[in-house]
Amino acid sequence: MSFLFNNFVELTVTGLVLGAVYGLVALGYTLVYGVLQLINFAHSEVWMFGSFAAVWVTVALGVAPGSALPVVIGVLLLALLAAMTVSGGVALLLERVAYRRLIRLDAPKLVALISAIGASFALAEIMGLRDRVAGWIGLRDTLDPYVRSARDNTRFQNPLETEGLFTVGGYTVSNVDVIIIVSAVLMMVALDQFIRRTRTGRGIRAVAQDSEAAALMGVNRNRIIRATFLVGGIMAGAAALLYLMRFGVTRWNAGFLLGVKAFTAAVLGGIGNVRGALLGGFVLGLAENYGSALIGSEWRDVVAFLLLVVILLFRPTGLLGESLGRARA
Amino acid sequence: MTQGKASPDTESAVARTTPKSPRLGWDRGALSRRVTNLPKPAKWTLIGVLVVLLYLLPLLEIPILSTPDTDFGAVLFTVASYVLVALGLNVVLGYAGLLDLGYVGFYAVGAYTVAVLGSLQAQLSWWLLIPLAVVITTISGVLLGAPTLRVRGDYLAIVTLGFGEIIRLTALNTEWLGAAKGITGVPRPPSVELFELPHLQWEGATAVIDLDDKTKFLVFGVADQAPYYWLALTVIFIVLGADRMLRLSRVGRAWEATREDEDAAELMGVPTFKFKLLAFASGAFIGGLSGALFASRQGFINPESFQLLLSILFVAAVVVGGAGNRWGVIMGAIVVAYLPERFRGFEEWRLLVFGMALLILANFRPQGLIPPRRTRRAQAVDEQLDALEEGTDRVRDPRG
Repeated sequence: MSFLFNNFVELTVTGLVLGAVYGLVALGYTLVYGVLQLINFAHSEVWMFGSFAAVWVTVALGVAPGSALPVVIGVLLLALLAAMTVSGGVALLLERVAYRRLIRLDAPKLVALISAIGASFALAEIMGLRDRVAGWIGLRDTLDPYVRSARDNTRFQNPLETEGLFTVGGYTVSNVDVIIIVSAVLMMVALDQFIRRTRTGRGIRAVAQDSEAAALMGVNRNRIIRATFLVGGIMAGAAALLYLMRFGVTRWNAGFLLGVKAFTAAVLGGIGNVRGALLGGFVLGLAENYGSALIGSEWRDVVAFLLLVVILLFRPTGLLGESLGRARA
Repeated sequence: MTQGKASPDTESAVARTTPKSPRLGWDRGALSRRVTNLPKPAKWTLIGVLVVLLYLLPLLEIPILSTPDTDFGAVLFTVASYVLVALGLNVVLGYAGLLDLGYVGFYAVGAYTVAVLGSLQAQLSWWLLIPLAVVITTISGVLLGAPTLRVRGDYLAIVTLGFGEIIRLTALNTEWLGAAKGITGVPRPPSVELFELPHLQWEGATAVIDLDDKTKFLVFGVADQAPYYWLALTVIFIVLGADRMLRLSRVGRAWEATREDEDAAELMGVPTFKFKLLAFASGAFIGGLSGALFASRQGFINPESFQLLLSILFVAAVVVGGAGNRWGVIMGAIVVAYLPERFRGFEEWRLLVFGMALLILANFRPQGLIPPRRTRRAQAVDEQLDALEEGTDRVRDPRG
């Protein structure tokens, strides 16, 4: 108990950082669920591919920590762009390969889930076997810095040095902490505005509300579905870079647990609800941190899952309710 | 015996009610009708031969089936335990339509009951442990189901997923349950040595009885895994019998009604919650039994054996095979458990291939390998209705 109080600020800040990442990944689940009522199981792999894209950019540019600020910012922006592009691309690929045919056939949800599970396995394995894949196409030596020890942790060399900014209650809040939380909130606001104000956003809301009626009103449902996957993927790419800046390491199978947590965050906030995703992420991140401080860090994941179960039993639609379709225009 | 002869009347009636549809392709009922139309003695002989063949499988060592890199008996046991789990999950998922993503939790409860009470905290006899494991798992199924089954469809999947993880993590973090290092010395089934059975050895297409390689009949040891396979196979046959009886009973019909339309079933007087709970408990029963067998074969368990991934593989087995059809899910379990073992030579690539296989199966065979007859009937009726409404036999494009 005293551990919780003595480190309250630190636990809160790291909880919010973790929650920001959960929230951004959760968006992908929430958007797809809102539009298709399907659990996009392979979304965690979208995030994982984004994290590797960010790592590869820093490897390719080889910027040492402590470079001049414009260089650091440039590298980070490039990494962000790469992560978003790759994640968005993988998300679109996923829609094409795992979902489109099943949506057209109007197949049962379960089958779509299995399809996504298969895609998730295949994507994770491709990343885990990337050295072999490179060998196949005869580029094993050229690509060595990108593909070596494919099954081990891959480190991210953050070009931005972590610096303390200010101290609150015994914990020095770092620049990275601030960047992560602020950019997550900003992206969430931007997405919220996108959904509310743009034509595509209106299409997304219309399809989420009643896809057949939307189609009759002239909404191109397939285009909207693709846009939804793309937006979710882009958010996951951003989450990947933010995650790497704080935790510094990724792995071919790192997506799975993060994906389950992010999905938990989406359900906590009310699946299908864009604002709920970030709120759910923050709540989950904080609950995990406080919970593990109270009863020991080995129970961290148990706290997360218990929270999920309790919320679902007592407020099954999540904290803010399901409302991608019902969001006010 | 009205089914004794294939009467032209019933044949044409079947042909009338199930028109050839573009999505179903070939007439899938042909083989099964052939079998059911056989005279009774012939049918039973056929079944008998099949059963004997299944029991002899580990001794026959058929070259294309046998796994070159691992003990074939062990692989067969793994396949058999997947089949058992898939049958259990089929009750929950296929019959009652409840998506349980934490089924490995029941498997773990069964395994842990045997391990904890048979080795770590007490030394009960194996004969007592198995029923105890089953009872405890069933109770845990009811305890888990009572609150969670009130949650609707998709959320149920996530709640069960959460519970599955909680069970594993609790085992991982509790000293009393062996924590991360697991539990060794789990009791094996009691052995009686009756006689020895030789294996076959194949050279090309000819088989020789290999007298050096023998399986002692009913010695549950470490090296030779065939007896565990026989035990599991026997359990499967018992479960299959029970499954058939349940399916054909009032309970089975109530499950089907609940799955198809819960509100309509409730209005028709089916206490849906009670039946869902019953499905959950029956599923837990079979899962626990399977876990108990797994633990007593393995001799050692730790939380690593009950990863969330396993739950997902179980669901994949049921859905790939065709949820709701017991032969389908058996097929699915064989695909999911056997293929990765058979191709262990390609160790590195097998999960990739497995993922792609799931993807392809889901996309090109969404109704499962062997879908239940009802699904096929319903599909045929749907298409007939579509044809009537639209004046065309093409399937309407739901994209609009």
